[in-house]
Amino acid sequence: MSNSISNPKAVEHNPPNLRAEVDRLIAQGAFDLAARRLSELWRRDPASGTASFVISRIDELREKTREGLALAKFKLAILRSFTVEPIVPLLRAEAFAYGIDLEVHVGDFNTYVQDMLDSQSSLYRFAPDAVVLAVRSDQAAPELWRDFADLAPEAAQQAAERVVRGYEQWIGAFRKHSQAALIIHSLERPSSPSLGVLDDQSEAGQSGLIRRINRELRRIAAGFHGVYVLDYDALVTRHGSEHWHDERKWLMARLPIAAGHLLHMAREWMRFIVPLSGRTSKVLVVDLDNTLWGGVIGEDGMSGIEVGAEYPGAAYQALHRALLDLSRKGILLAVCSKNNLDDAMEALEKHPGMLVRANHFAALRINWTDKAQNLREIAQELNVGIDALAFLDDNPFEREQVRAALPEVTVIDLPKNPLEYASALRNCAALERLTLSSEDQQRTEMYAAQKQRAGVEQNFQSKEDFFRFLEQEAELEPVSDLTLARVAQLTQKTNQFNLTTRRYTEPQLAEMAKQPEWHIFSIKVRDRFGDHGLVGVAIAHDEGEQCEVDTFLLSCRVIGRTVETALLAHLAERAAQRGRKRLMGWFLPTKKNAPARDFYPQHGFERQETNGAGSLWALDLKSATLRCPDWIKLRTAETTPGGKN
Amino acid sequence: MTDSTFEQVRNVASDIFGIPGDKITAESSPETIENWDSMQHLNLVLAIEEKFRVQLEPEDIEQMKNIGAVAALVEKLQSTAS
Repeated sequence: MSNSISNPKAVEHNPPNLRAEVDRLIAQGAFDLAARRLSELWRRDPASGTASFVISRIDELREKTREGLALAKFKLAILRSFTVEPIVPLLRAEAFAYGIDLEVHVGDFNTYVQDMLDSQSSLYRFAPDAVVLAVRSDQAAPELWRDFADLAPEAAQQAAERVVRGYEQWIGAFRKHSQAALIIHSLERPSSPSLGVLDDQSEAGQSGLIRRINRELRRIAAGFHGVYVLDYDALVTRHGSEHWHDERKWLMARLPIAAGHLLHMAREWMRFIVPLSGRTSKVLVVDLDNTLWGGVIGEDGMSGIEVGAEYPGAAYQALHRALLDLSRKGILLAVCSKNNLDDAMEALEKHPGMLVRANHFAALRINWTDKAQNLREIAQELNVGIDALAFLDDNPFEREQVRAALPEVTVIDLPKNPLEYASALRNCAALERLTLSSEDQQRTEMYAAQKQRAGVEQNFQSKEDFFRFLEQEAELEPVSDLTLARVAQLTQKTNQFNLTTRRYTEPQLAEMAKQPEWHIFSIKVRDRFGDHGLVGVAIAHDEGEQCEVDTFLLSCRVIGRTVETALLAHLAERAAQRGRKRLMGWFLPTKKNAPARDFYPQHGFERQETNGAGSLWALDLKSATLRCPDWIKLRTAETTPGGKN
Repeated sequence: MTDSTFEQVRNVASDIFGIPGDKITAESSPETIENWDSMQHLNLVLAIEEKFRVQLEPEDIEQMKNIGAVAALVEKLQSTAS
């Protein structure tokens, strides 16, 4: 069973009472608490009926709360060749549990081609953030699916090529009309090919050709920004084709998926929706006893705990491998454990069965303080918000405490059986990534270097001495195909040093970069301790005599070492070169961006106006003396592949 | 039929149709429940299959004319399954 954030079997429950409590809380106006109970209800009983209840109450809460629920809005369109309506409530309830208010548009049966080709279609009028193309083999490749035995080998091959060309054409048209993310279902292979075992003796059999189409779909997707493949064939296989399908529902209602698996379809979509909506976790905090190893180190000792290549310790090694895979995707690992420090460190550093070691963790909190407090400290130490934390603990009591004290944390429920730990972790949508930058892959090393820097900083008399000692080098360049993914990622994830907090997708940025009056710069920084990678983005557009800063952000890793001044000076200099007289910029305050509040006034900007959303600042470029600090060695790329900037 | 099966079916129907459980009786049917349309009928079938871990045949689904009939069907399927 794949359970991303819930494991219904693990908890005793009484859902009707929770339903009554939710309604009572709504009637009393305690909307936040009602939302929390609603989420608890879904976690305990993620069934179709519960989903209907949950979404009806979300809709009610949305109407009743004036400032709205603290949820990220996301619009999903589903283009389909089969009935998906019963999946939609499950999907919306699951999204709610991830803090997403999901609006869903479902296309008509088998009109996906017209919908994608016609720029006036209901699909584009809906203005989705993401689109799922859920088409099954019987519809996408009817000749290969139904009448395969009748086809001559060349005709079968041609049919497969036609299918691929079709997809290529629709996706190309889609990208012209929309910048939304596109998630394409791969085609499933027949569970009983028409020629039986003979089919698999050739690459050109029924299965082989569908596999080839799927390979081509991956190639096509890789050619576009924001187009992804959902491996439907693998999803069906994972759950077992014979269990997944329900022929009765298919014939009666065009619903191919059995009742018990509708939730798994919804959760597979969530693995794309969560990263697309930016609700991912940046740090995974793990417990030690009975989570990273079996047993309690303080009682069982080094020779008593279970972790190693054989059963039962192998279950924990499987979890270690999942943790290492996450850290390769740029997710930081941290430890939060109630233990004696010496006992725990001995196991972490010396136990021969451990695949993860102390140095894999960016922060360690091994003490007897309560976990919520430790989690707050970990967030602070790593410079991330509390909502960027995910928490993994075998103990349901600790999990509930963290949920109650810190509702922003993504708490992952572990099943009772340690053999299922690794897959519970691997299925958590908050830990999915759709793109991987080199920054992501090196993040753990970068944080280790950061620890060193922080240690050194305390030994200097003045900040300037420290900046000079750092020997920072910055590289400024216009956005390119190579940096687009990382730039989009930064706009989606940066909360603290972010002046306007505008979120952009890759396709939106690609479109923006094509406009001659728009300028998108990124900054890479390295210093004597290591490479920070691409850590800052500035977006500006010219309008008449002025240049307005649309976006200005810096990763928290480099805040406060004057890199921001270098980036702003570059914007000002370029704007002046293009003949602009003033550099303008909004500061739009959020709950999190206080570190950026005084940025404009500190750099000589004058306030122009203030309204409900924020304040507008301006710098006169003729008289400005904004310069890159002399302790930063600056390199700029003068031209782009496109020749702009 | 036992009370518990009927009550559980009623709870499912209450969720699916969005009406309070005490407004649902064994006689409640598409005639008395406003939004019991074909899509909601499918949702009810799926929720019943999921909840009681049974598999409904097309013939069974046709018999689901009111909530009492649904509960009776669930009991029949559960007794033949065990």
